[in-house]
Amino acid sequence: MLGISYDIKIATQTVIEVSQLNHYFGEGALKKQVLFDINLQIKSGEIVIMTGPSGSGKTTLLSLMGGLRSAQEGSLQILNQEVCGASKRVLTKMRRQIGYIFQAHNLMSFLTAKENVKMSLELHPEYLNQDINTKAIAMLEQVGLGDRVNYYPESLSGGQKQRVAIARALVSHPKIVLADEPTASLDKQSGRDVVELMQKLAKEQGCTILLVTHDNRILDIADRIIYMEDGQLR
Amino acid sequence: MISKLFLKTPLAWRQLMKERTRLAVAVAGITFADMLIFIQMGFESALFDAAIQPHRKLLGDLVLINPQFNSLFSTKSFSRDKLYQALSYEGVASVNSIYIGTAQWRNPQTRIDRPILVWGVDPYQPGLRFPEVEKNKDTLKSLNHIMFDQAGRPEYGEVGKIFQKTGNFQTELNNNLVSVRGLFSNGASFAADGNVVASDSTFLRLFPQRKSDQIEVGLINLKPGTDIQKLKAQLKIGLNPDPNSPFVEVGTTEDFAQKEKNYWATSTGIGFIFGLGVAVGFIVGIVIVYQILYSDVSDHLAEYATLKAMGYTDWYLLGVLIQESLFLAILGYLPSLFLSLGLYQLTFIATMLPITMKAERAINVLILTVIMCSISGAIALGKLRSADPADIY
Repeated sequence: MLGISYDIKIATQTVIEVSQLNHYFGEGALKKQVLFDINLQIKSGEIVIMTGPSGSGKTTLLSLMGGLRSAQEGSLQILNQEVCGASKRVLTKMRRQIGYIFQAHNLMSFLTAKENVKMSLELHPEYLNQDINTKAIAMLEQVGLGDRVNYYPESLSGGQKQRVAIARALVSHPKIVLADEPTASLDKQSGRDVVELMQKLAKEQGCTILLVTHDNRILDIADRIIYMEDGQLR
Repeated sequence: MISKLFLKTPLAWRQLMKERTRLAVAVAGITFADMLIFIQMGFESALFDAAIQPHRKLLGDLVLINPQFNSLFSTKSFSRDKLYQALSYEGVASVNSIYIGTAQWRNPQTRIDRPILVWGVDPYQPGLRFPEVEKNKDTLKSLNHIMFDQAGRPEYGEVGKIFQKTGNFQTELNNNLVSVRGLFSNGASFAADGNVVASDSTFLRLFPQRKSDQIEVGLINLKPGTDIQKLKAQLKIGLNPDPNSPFVEVGTTEDFAQKEKNYWATSTGIGFIFGLGVAVGFIVGIVIVYQILYSDVSDHLAEYATLKAMGYTDWYLLGVLIQESLFLAILGYLPSLFLSLGLYQLTFIATMLPITMKAERAINVLILTVIMCSISGAIALGKLRSADPADIY
């Protein structure tokens, strides 16, 4: 990839650097390569959309970048930390620097919207000295759910749940947000609202977004679109 | 540090509280298991307490018995000379003796004989710590006048009721006509369904084959300030010239009581039966708590995986599971404690067994409950480990 410079306030640095990354599933005779020689650089503040057909390896690449899966071959650096061959502890620690938004919202069903957002803040000791309640409520207000802070996920609509998930992902100001099909289960308007919200908050916080989607309606928010097919970036 | 802990969301508590029905079922299950344990332990201890109740009523600092005397169920006698020999020891104030034997008591209404334990005592100094016996000891001085244990089994007849109405109750004891002239309360035990106190002279008439110088229990009272343990050791050596075939065993009344208790606990099936009951309650508890924790973890597997993806460690989730099981343990234990108190009372009314809640037992069952829930938590942990953050994208 060519290094394209962007006009943003903070100095442009590379937050994700992938080079010659290969990944395999299965063992022995069943071993199957799913990622082939991936090379990719993402700068801070960039919004990158990754698209491609089902089964092309997008989600696998995303889960490797998020430290949810151990990288096997090649080099993968997240925030200047080599992930390939990293220990479980390093991976767990690294995950705290990343915000995740999933296709299914994956909120804790037994916690209120506010408590779900708080769960993300509680991972960072520096926030515990501050009023995390106020912080969580402020974040929910930013996503337009100021009147729903004490609702359980079961009494929120799909779009509202996804907005709680965004609040949870962004409240602790992560450097990177990884989103997998965040609009897949939403109608056109809610989907649009959700990505615009992500875009707005990300620009405010200067964080990088990598978004995997099939949804052609939201491609316009991207600074850059990358296409994956059969485990290779095109 | 602690205040920071309170700021955190109590995940385990919130998870339990969200599903009230499941929580209620879990708590009911643990309560049931705990009550099972409480009842088994309560019965066992009550039966043992009943068995040793008479021993604890003996008035004496030290007791002499035949070394083969293991239980009131089969008494053994020894020569009274040994007791008199003890009188010569420094520190011994007085001695007293008691005969014990099992006689046939005839219920005058049904005319059915039933074994009953007879205590032959000195009517001037009964040596038994029953206030009613001490108060009415003079009535024992007349031959064939006895006192009856009104807390014994009802099969002996309506002795207490008739005595209180008429002031007398006549029946046959070992085919001798006796009349009840007083009542006291001890209660039934393994060894005896009931008790009778008689004077030594009456006792020897009821048991004509018995020799007056062969006694079952020798009581030794010490002068104030005497070292009981030291004298016990001296007597043990002094009264038994040949330690390999001792004539008498020396001990405190509590030693004597524990010997009886050991007899029932170890050389009968009783200890095993109740131990098995406790074990069953314990296992039932583990299964119930495990079922609850397992379904809780299964239902929330995606959420646990999300927490791992966010950067929560395995240890954190393990902590949540342990907290959950501890909450369950305490929530299930408390009602069982109160319900057991009620059940003990019911049992006491129905059986006259001295069944009470002891602090030691309450603590033991609490500890057992915590262990029970921890084991369940440890088994449910396997399921928790299967929460893989890579699966949720």
